[in-house]
Amino acid sequence: MQYALLYNETPAEIARGETAAAPEYWGAWNAYMGAMAAAGIMRGGNALMPPATATTLRITDGKWQVEDGPFADTKEQLGGFVIIDVADLDAALEWAARAPCASAGSVEVRPVMPSPGQ
Amino acid sequence: MSDAARRAAEGAARTAYGRLLAMLVARSRDIAAAEDALAEALAAALATWPARGVPDNPDAWLFTAARRSLGAVRARGRTADAGEPTLALLDDERAAAGEVPFGDERLKLLFVCTHPAIDPAVQAPLMLQTVLGLDADRIAARFLVSPAAMGQRLVRAKRRIRETGIAFVIPDADRLHDRVAAVLAAIYAAYGSAHDDGDGGGSDLGEEAIWLARLVRELLPEEPEADGLLALMLFCEARRPARRDAGGNYVPLGEQDWQRWQRAPFLEAEGLLRAAARHGRPGRFQIEAAIQSLHAQGVITGAANPAALTALYDLLIAVAPTIGARIGRAAARAAIDPAAALADLDSLAPRCAAHQPWWATRAHVLALAGDSAGARAAATTAAGLATDRAVRDWLLARYGGGG
Repeated sequence: MQYALLYNETPAEIARGETAAAPEYWGAWNAYMGAMAAAGIMRGGNALMPPATATTLRITDGKWQVEDGPFADTKEQLGGFVIIDVADLDAALEWAARAPCASAGSVEVRPVMPSPGQ
Repeated sequence: MSDAARRAAEGAARTAYGRLLAMLVARSRDIAAAEDALAEALAAALATWPARGVPDNPDAWLFTAARRSLGAVRARGRTADAGEPTLALLDDERAAAGEVPFGDERLKLLFVCTHPAIDPAVQAPLMLQTVLGLDADRIAARFLVSPAAMGQRLVRAKRRIRETGIAFVIPDADRLHDRVAAVLAAIYAAYGSAHDDGDGGGSDLGEEAIWLARLVRELLPEEPEADGLLALMLFCEARRPARRDAGGNYVPLGEQDWQRWQRAPFLEAEGLLRAAARHGRPGRFQIEAAIQSLHAQGVITGAANPAALTALYDLLIAVAPTIGARIGRAAARAAIDPAAALADLDSLAPRCAAHQPWWATRAHVLALAGDSAGARAAATTAAGLATDRAVRDWLLARYGGGG
């Protein structure tokens, strides 16, 4: 069964990736992604550029609104995602718990909707 | 309420909860209904005791209230099969006539929760809920499943106990040994993989597990494996303060400052181990505790004893050939013969692709064998599989991996 793991990070954690702590930060993520790849469960996914690089578009009554930054100011921001193929939710949660941001943010685990005809 | 008073109240509630629930279930065999009835009784107590004062015998008050509400539900004939237990209950109530028979039925409850007909994965959660009254959310976090899924599993297990008619009894002598082993294994599962050199996952129910082990010792004083299990957990507890340095960094067992170990649990564990040995019936938990004792001696004296350690692991593998025991043996053996230890690990490889302790041990053994590139790669995988941030950082820093 396929699940999306959505990695949410606190602003402090996102900042760590761009500061003196960067080697530790990226080392942890590289190790985690490497372990998932080695387990053969990765079906896709990417890290995203920091939330400050986001542009948000919305159409209200036919009018375009374009804003700098992410959709909303929240305590955590989406930092990246992967799609994994594992037996069940328990296995997906196990991989979520291993993410570096599990202890500095959160990981949302959602089943991928099967495409019609599947 | 002061902290001490709150702890005292919580302690009393914890003792009472399992004892009362066990007595209710002993009669009705319906755990879910007994839990509801007890919850109702506790709510009634909260509503009336502050105004009318705490009764002389709070347990008896709670038991009578819960039994009455259980009887009322049964009498309403909610389910067709309710008739027989209801009659038994009414009989019981008449016979008791206000007098509460305060035996301890908790041991039977422990055996019901760990009956072989119950899914092993739900045995420890079931025990935590029925004996300690923990809610499904807290149990779910420890076992890393969603609260909803844990709730469903518990409901299903309780239904199964009622529908399959699992007997509420102490098992026969010829089956007792295996059944006690199941009770102890479930307690250890509740404690979690909180080993000093491992990667402790989930939320902390260590205190609850230790409480359950003490209860089993009290109920089964002639069972040395209960001593062994309690000793094993107390060794881990004693070392907990030394697992992190002042900066919050992970410190592996071999490098811990033993002056920071907690004296009381450590000495209690050593005493339990000696007491258990007098029975002359070694078992899995006694051997595991002995291994922890030997590790501790090595740290205190500064002279590890890998030959004795390997011999203890051989004994352990003979009675409990788990992956963890075989990895532990390889780690012990590595100090004598890294190449042989590596071969031991290789033989486990097909079952350990995503097993964090295997990769961490592999990094350790490869480093001893002088293969620093191999050690770095293994440590990187171990870090990627770790759920504990301090363990992850330590692995990457020690072996220079992750780049």
